[in-house]
Amino acid sequence: MSKSKKKLSKKDFHPNILCFCCNWCSYAGADLAGVSRFQYPPTIRIVRVMCSGRVDPAFILEAFKDGIDGVIVTGCHIGDCHYLKGNEFARDRFERFQEVLKIFNLDKRFRLEWVSASEGKRFAEVITEFTNKIKKLGPLFAT
Amino acid sequence: MEKIGAVLVIGGGIAGIQSSIDLADSGYKIYLAESTTSIGGVMSQLDKTFPTNDCAICILAPKLVETGRHENIDILINSSIEKIEGEPGNFKVDLIQRTLRLDQNKCTGCGLCAQQCPIEAIDFFNEKLSNKAAISVKFPQAVPLVFSIDKDKCIGCGICKGICKAKAIDYELQNKEINLNVGAVVLAIGFDEYDPTPLKQFGYGKYLNVITSIEFERILSASGPHSGLIIRPSDGIIPKKIAFLNCIGSRDRKQGNNYCSSVCCMYTTKEAVIAKEHMNIIDPTIFTMDIRAYGKDFDKYIERAKDEYGIRYIRRRISSIKEIPDSKNLKVYYETGKGKIIEEIFNLVVLSVGMQPNQKAKELAQKLNIQLNEYGFCKTDTFTPVETSRPGIYVCGAFATPKDIPETVIEASAAAGCVNVLLSEARNKLVTKKELPEELDVSDQPPRIGVFICHCGINIGGVVDVPNVVEYVKTLPDVVYAEHNLYTCSADTQTNIKEKIEKNQLNRVIVASCTPRTHEALFQATIREVGLNKYLFEMVNIRDQCSWVHMHEPEKATAKSKDLLRMSVAKASQLIPLQEQEIAVIDKGLIIGGGVSGMSAALNLASQGYDVYLIEKEDSLGGIARNLYRTLENDNIQEYLKNLIKNIENNQLIQVFKNAQINSISGYIGNFSTNVSYGNNNKSADLDHGIIVVATGAKEYQPKEYNFGQDPRIITQTQFEKDLFTTDKVKGLKSIVMVQCVGSRNEDHPYCSRICCSEAIKNALKAKEINPNIEIVILYRDIRTYGFKEKYYNLARDKKVIFVRFDETKPPELKIKNKQVKIIVNNPDLGKIEINPDLIVLSTGLVAPIKENEELAKMLKVPLNEDKFFLEAHVKLRPIDFATDGIYLCGSAHSPKDLRESIAQSNGAAAQAVKILSAEKLVTSGLVAVVIEENCIGCGSCVEVCQFNAIELIEKERTFEDFSMRTMKSHINPALCKGCGTCGAQCPNSTIIIKHFGFEQINAMISALLVQS
Repeated sequence: MSKSKKKLSKKDFHPNILCFCCNWCSYAGADLAGVSRFQYPPTIRIVRVMCSGRVDPAFILEAFKDGIDGVIVTGCHIGDCHYLKGNEFARDRFERFQEVLKIFNLDKRFRLEWVSASEGKRFAEVITEFTNKIKKLGPLFAT
Repeated sequence: MEKIGAVLVIGGGIAGIQSSIDLADSGYKIYLAESTTSIGGVMSQLDKTFPTNDCAICILAPKLVETGRHENIDILINSSIEKIEGEPGNFKVDLIQRTLRLDQNKCTGCGLCAQQCPIEAIDFFNEKLSNKAAISVKFPQAVPLVFSIDKDKCIGCGICKGICKAKAIDYELQNKEINLNVGAVVLAIGFDEYDPTPLKQFGYGKYLNVITSIEFERILSASGPHSGLIIRPSDGIIPKKIAFLNCIGSRDRKQGNNYCSSVCCMYTTKEAVIAKEHMNIIDPTIFTMDIRAYGKDFDKYIERAKDEYGIRYIRRRISSIKEIPDSKNLKVYYETGKGKIIEEIFNLVVLSVGMQPNQKAKELAQKLNIQLNEYGFCKTDTFTPVETSRPGIYVCGAFATPKDIPETVIEASAAAGCVNVLLSEARNKLVTKKELPEELDVSDQPPRIGVFICHCGINIGGVVDVPNVVEYVKTLPDVVYAEHNLYTCSADTQTNIKEKIEKNQLNRVIVASCTPRTHEALFQATIREVGLNKYLFEMVNIRDQCSWVHMHEPEKATAKSKDLLRMSVAKASQLIPLQEQEIAVIDKGLIIGGGVSGMSAALNLASQGYDVYLIEKEDSLGGIARNLYRTLENDNIQEYLKNLIKNIENNQLIQVFKNAQINSISGYIGNFSTNVSYGNNNKSADLDHGIIVVATGAKEYQPKEYNFGQDPRIITQTQFEKDLFTTDKVKGLKSIVMVQCVGSRNEDHPYCSRICCSEAIKNALKAKEINPNIEIVILYRDIRTYGFKEKYYNLARDKKVIFVRFDETKPPELKIKNKQVKIIVNNPDLGKIEINPDLIVLSTGLVAPIKENEELAKMLKVPLNEDKFFLEAHVKLRPIDFATDGIYLCGSAHSPKDLRESIAQSNGAAAQAVKILSAEKLVTSGLVAVVIEENCIGCGSCVEVCQFNAIELIEKERTFEDFSMRTMKSHINPALCKGCGTCGAQCPNSTIIIKHFGFEQINAMISALLVQS
């Protein structure tokens, strides 16, 4: 745990969350949240990929290893995938991966969500809600 | 007269967009004239699309962006046509472009003006359900993203002019005249929604809680007036009971229009389903006469709506609505089957309004000198579905007939296909190609990153401390230069970026501004102009992800901007130049199927000078059309077919293989190879070609029902048609019963065959013409005479053809007693009826040739749907393509369709094919996946997930010190790879590199997310 963090009380805990967005739907949803000025907590840092199917569980492990408090992967709704089925493979992969995360008690810090290009508000809501959840859980490396 | 290699497309909805892209991609200069301030049309207003519930803007926005930045498409917004002169191949057109009261070239779309504007105007995009500023953009994803001033509302206060840092606003700007010289014109002006105000009985405009379907569509939309919350206008309460009233302004011979609007049954169902999905407490009821779910997989959608969502369908047309004054609820009356009148109260009523001709249709038709039909839509003919009455002017989409999005897209491509035939000699004459310097080799240089951070007026700079971020970025590793710009996207900044790249020898560039979805290509082009590979670029979105969503937390927004830039710099250090490969193209086409569809596609390609191999499994051309005599509209099919076959056989470029069978197909887009055996002597040929069109058609269902084949008095519609047109047997008959949906819409074939209702009515009318005294009864489940076919349904009823409905669960029964045939039908309203006809005609549907389709699908590696018809790449926007590039689909191989629709789709398929055939070389994307062969274990996981057939396992010999062995290795074809990266994440050995989104690159971003302490 090379990147240690100071011990924080839950109140002033400002979580660091990694967010993967697919180029076609959820990134566009995040854009629409911006255009529509839907406010959400400044906790996420977005990494854009072409498809949620690109997201390798290894990335999530890497993030947790570094001390990132939460990871959210977002993509097109099932059936909307620009690459036809990339999100379905992501879904199947992360369903299995959740079982692995459970072993390390990290499953609650990971989430997979579908957000369409017209769901700017939903994007803001999902991020707000996930942020609150991570806040409740506290920092990943709390001690 | 010289032919001009430019085309004017009028109307920027999905039809105009598709035609423009198809033609611009095949070597023509396109002017796309749009009457409003953004392209996108009605589709951009839709929340979801049937029958897949796809998010409309998710699938449309990439097309908008593609159109907006296509180097050969000029979008002329806010413009209208004044005059046209000339002849096919060479027209002179005058247009007026109405002023936006700002300079389109200067406006960056930053939106500051709209935020500061004190005046509210009506938001027409939201169907007047909300307001917006008097200076505004049509909708957030508008293309081009420019603002305009509502001249009726603007008070000229000057605030926007003062605040606009781009100095774009100019109240005095006048309308502009534009003169164009084009070879052809495509009309794609779409439709208007029917305005139900004159139908006083429904109280639209008087009762607050009576709204139209397009208004409801905006209410459903997540980006609509209530952010997707379904609330009713009178009191903002969620309406638990919603009634949808179909056929408002359609199928109405007294008021409104007497044709069918084709789409309302489906969109109403969609709106009901989505409403239910949004809020489960909503209980939708649809009042309808027939359920016209005649398209591909539509009936399955209706069944799901009933079974899974509990949508209630009541087969009644509501004649009037009454408002209850206190509650503002709405009372409707309808009759039950037993003649009892029921009164039911709803909280909201949605009027499913039909399509009517665009209000500008008449004026435009006069200016262009084209004919309109009896309904005011553009006049076209069955065998030339996208040609107007004036040669050189084509039509597509709802301006020709009311239709849904896939059919609109098909026709848009078909119009492009026909323009191709007219203008092929002028191809590539007016398109521009940028001369670019040779690419610099920076591969062995250490990273030298330059960062350009945008204020976006005050959109970013008003919240994020941009100068502070610049200073911070300068401290990051590998960053050798950083600056901030008022607008990084402006033309002068592009020059500045190029100068800074050269001066500082930058070999990686980062722009921190808005979204890469709209602006990445612009900056990539800029850096390429000074010799940098375009993939040495990264973009950071500090507007949509920082200043706009954390407006009240400037410090945190600034800190987040720094984090995002740090991550981006980490990735930029890892960027490598990517190469786009060039692939040669064999400019010959292979068309599978020698019916009307295949022949039309073949003729289109050959007319442009391409060699075509036409494969027909039988010993003669013509397919299923050989058994048809007349269309519903009384066109002579046999004569058309005779001419078509003659044209094919006389064409030197078309080589026909009859009695042919395909043995194998290999290769990929641009380079296919097919082995075919043909002829009576089973000769064999190897054919090389660049594209494939699948036009294998469908076949008539051979009924097992109703003793078919055992009694000469029980025949199919096709047999009856032959009797009608070649014999006078019908003169001796007194009574005929036709049974619809035989072998369609049942468990074995859970789809509608689309053509049978029209075929039955056609034959009934013909029989009445020959023998006016004959009694004809048509037993049906729904009469699906969509569009203008409704006219013939009305005509048949006027001629006393009797229509009796039955339910799916109680199909008509056949009894033969004492050699007398008797048919018993159970009508939901009238009960049991017995008929003793002389002849029973079974309307049998179309079915896919299962075995043949399965074999061909396997060879082509393309999918079939559940009913074994070929499955297109995307139901809504790619109805002619397969997911595998270079293979196209038309006619009934896609789903049952009539001749007109098949001819349109064939020309559309030809238009798609010509994009490939006309290209000297195909250029692959740099964003692809590559296998590191050494570590590949040949497991095939990647092959399984790839939806584009880009990956195959190849046997390779591996040599070790003392022995060698053969192993399987995965190989990815860059010509087919779309760069989604799914294979990379699926690979158990992590041995697939996803270019630009590689392991090192993404991990570098993750590692840089937290500041190292």
